[in-house]
Amino acid sequence: MSAVAPCKLKASDYKSDTKPVWCPGCGDYHVLASLAKSIAALALAPEQIAVVSGIGCSSRIPAYLNCYGFHGVHGRALPLATGLKVARPDLTVICAGGDGDGFSIGGNHLLHACRRNVDITYIVMDNEIYGMTKGQPSPTTAPDWDSSLAPGGTGVSPFHPLVIALASGANFVARSFSGDVNGTAKMLAEAISHPGFSFVQILSPCVTFRPDQREWKNMVHPPPVPFTTDASQAARRVMTDDGFNIGVLYKGSRAKYAQAVAHDDAFEGDFQNEFLV
Amino acid sequence: MSDRPGKSFSVALLGKGGSGVVTAGDMLLTAAARCGLYGLMIRAVGPQIRGGESAALVRLSPAPVECLDDRFDVLLGIDWNHAERMVADFAIDANSIVVTDPAEDAVPQSITASGATERQLEMKALADSVSGGRANMVALGYVAGLAGISREALEHAIAKKLGPKRQESIDASVAAAMLGFSRTQSSEAPQAANGASGKRWMISGNQATGLGALRGGVRFAAAYPITPATEILEWLAPRLLDAGGTLTQAEDELASINMAIGASFGGVPSLTATSGPGLSLMIEGLGLAVCAEIPVVVVDVMRVGPSTGIPTKPEQSDLNAAVYGLHGDAPHIVVAPNSVTDCVYTTQWAVHLAEATQAPVIVLSDQFIGQAIVVADPVAEISFFAKRKLAENIDEAFERYAITADGISPMPIPGTAGGQYTADGLEHSSKAKPSGSSGDHCTQLDKRARKIADFDYGQHWADIEGEGELAILTWGSTTGVVREALHRLSSDVSRKVKLIALRLLLPVRQEEMAAALDGVNRLMVIEQNHTGQLYRLLRAWYELPENVDTLHRPGPGVFRPGEIATKINEWCLE
Ligand SMILES: Cc1ncc(C[n+]2csc(CCOP(=O)(O)OP(=O)(O)O)c2C)c(N)n1
Ligand code: SF4
Ligand SMILES: [Mg+2]
Repeated sequence: MSAVAPCKLKASDYKSDTKPVWCPGCGDYHVLASLAKSIAALALAPEQIAVVSGIGCSSRIPAYLNCYGFHGVHGRALPLATGLKVARPDLTVICAGGDGDGFSIGGNHLLHACRRNVDITYIVMDNEIYGMTKGQPSPTTAPDWDSSLAPGGTGVSPFHPLVIALASGANFVARSFSGDVNGTAKMLAEAISHPGFSFVQILSPCVTFRPDQREWKNMVHPPPVPFTTDASQAARRVMTDDGFNIGVLYKGSRAKYAQAVAHDDAFEGDFQNEFLV
Repeated sequence: MSDRPGKSFSVALLGKGGSGVVTAGDMLLTAAARCGLYGLMIRAVGPQIRGGESAALVRLSPAPVECLDDRFDVLLGIDWNHAERMVADFAIDANSIVVTDPAEDAVPQSITASGATERQLEMKALADSVSGGRANMVALGYVAGLAGISREALEHAIAKKLGPKRQESIDASVAAAMLGFSRTQSSEAPQAANGASGKRWMISGNQATGLGALRGGVRFAAAYPITPATEILEWLAPRLLDAGGTLTQAEDELASINMAIGASFGGVPSLTATSGPGLSLMIEGLGLAVCAEIPVVVVDVMRVGPSTGIPTKPEQSDLNAAVYGLHGDAPHIVVAPNSVTDCVYTTQWAVHLAEATQAPVIVLSDQFIGQAIVVADPVAEISFFAKRKLAENIDEAFERYAITADGISPMPIPGTAGGQYTADGLEHSSKAKPSGSSGDHCTQLDKRARKIADFDYGQHWADIEGEGELAILTWGSTTGVVREALHRLSSDVSRKVKLIALRLLLPVRQEEMAAALDGVNRLMVIEQNHTGQLYRLLRAWYELPENVDTLHRPGPGVFRPGEIATKINEWCLE
């Protein structure tokens, strides 16, 4: 987190003038609103924040904010964010994207980002589909969901991102629903403030290719119990829930990735002496 | 052309893994440096990681050397367990000496067939006579004696290698080495030692690459291990920390290139190092750096490809991948060091170019120059130091991808108020807004092409030596072999030949090349790959003399100077 003086901006001041490409009613609009609210609540200066993403509808989010942004290549948002945060620990680095981007093509990076525990917040807008490429099954899609690419369904069990994040060592694990803008904003502020790698899965409906997801607003519910600091308890809980439990699941206290000392341009160290015979 | 080794002394030390031949080779090189000599060492290991055969191929000379000789004066086997498998690495002849331990198996037939003189040296027995003595030290003493190296230099080298805290093993090693040393009369050595002393460096190409990166201002490196590039990253890891930077180990090369790009977006000059398989994985990331205009340096220490190929041997076969591998029209820079010590200079230059042009630079080193260790003159400091054009006093009208005369647009670093923009692999407008318009696409393509094409690369684009109506064009590690071959030719042949060693492979330098080829009526292109990749690149992009020959063959065996000298001689007389 930045050490600069608090910044008194409204949530709307964090939004850029670029018009989102999203379909009307897409859950990602709400995520954008929540993210802007959360950084306004934290009073972070926009130039001290970098939002880094991959490719997908959800990954378009950086350009819609008035912060520094990086819209990289498909699946590589986490390494991009990791390099930035390690090199520039003074910045607040937020990584964002979709379920295809983060769990499929970028799945390996998720494991290692959790394990490495660099102080970044990772938001996955999960719509259980590849939205941008017009409706193919993703790693979180139900096995019987019918599509052109997988007629009759994939027959493959979905991936359980929160369990994976816990098992891989994420230091903050939560689930939210995009329609709950205030709750999501509060959760994101908490995730950003929590040291180490914070993982937030946001159920964010794709109204175009998954109109059934409009029902999600009636299905989500608060968790029966508050968060835990015991990872195994959190894992057991999330393994057995219905997937619509909203809230912070786990807060850990693992030491974050050791950060580099400040970059020093003036360095003129003498490394050549070691070569003298 | 500088003074070239007329009389050098080459020795191959062979033994099974763990026999310490590489340590002995290292000490021999250090001792030679102490005597004012130059030298080069190649470590050759068999296919197994441990337990297989290993060899140290050492060449000592009164003048700098950049390649192995055609043959070895001495082949010493501590044992001959797996010698057959490495026989191709040891060119020996009737004038060579083969040193063997009578307690070991006989010298294999494939070696005795050369007609070399066999000498017996009881390495094990002599070593056993010293408490803590080892056969490799007896061998070291013996070959040092043959090379005319002084006792003092030998003792210094042993002490330096073993370090101050190991007096007991230093004493044992020196005693064992002296037993071997006293079995030779220095007068019989092919006299390499000239006694001239001066400060010398002992450095590998991979270390030199690391040093060039640090000198150039790199302060972030991302690492995924791969032979033969790992030593660059291992050398950098602690030193980057000392320099106030950092190295992060990535989960794969997809991550390492993107980490480096992320760090560089943050304003910190960044690098990653890999070999062919890793370069393939990094290609999409390199395209992102082109489009988003983020400086980054990727060092590819080339090995034999395709695929896993022959990981421990060199080949200059990643040129096509480096030049043409990116999708879209993606202007970027490809450079190649042409010697072990040139790795310092070329890598530092690469960092400078990346930072100045806000583009990715691929450095094509190779296994030979990367892992060879040389004794050479210290590499002087040069003034290249990463200078990125930063956007600082930003007003309302600021545009991240502004269309400028030189194509380079001032870049705001996160933290700079008012400079917020989204770096993007999507095509964009000058204001960094995603754009699908043909106008924006064309102006941004032009801008990105112009900044690379119009940059002032100065005289660094090639090393040009000699004059003449014949020219040899080469690059990378083959350059050292060609230099020595030219030096060996009779002066009435060599004075007709000009050497052009390309350091800048992309972008092409048509005007400079035309000037360099002015008056040249025949050209020969020499490189180590199967298809003549540089030859084809030259054919596609440059005006060449009517008569162009090509000499190319793949790894794993490196070119030897005699082989090239013969070819050039025939070619000159055609
Ligand atoms: C290397 C590569 N492969 C494939 C694609 C095509 N592609 C673009 S977005 C996408 C999936 C996006 O799905 P998700 O991350 O869930 O984002 P959503 O659109 O659902 O928000 C794919 C496969 C690409 N851009 N790059
Ligand atoms: S396709 Fe789906 S995910 Fe993409 S913008 Fe439209 S609703 Fe949102
Ligand atoms: Mg999706």
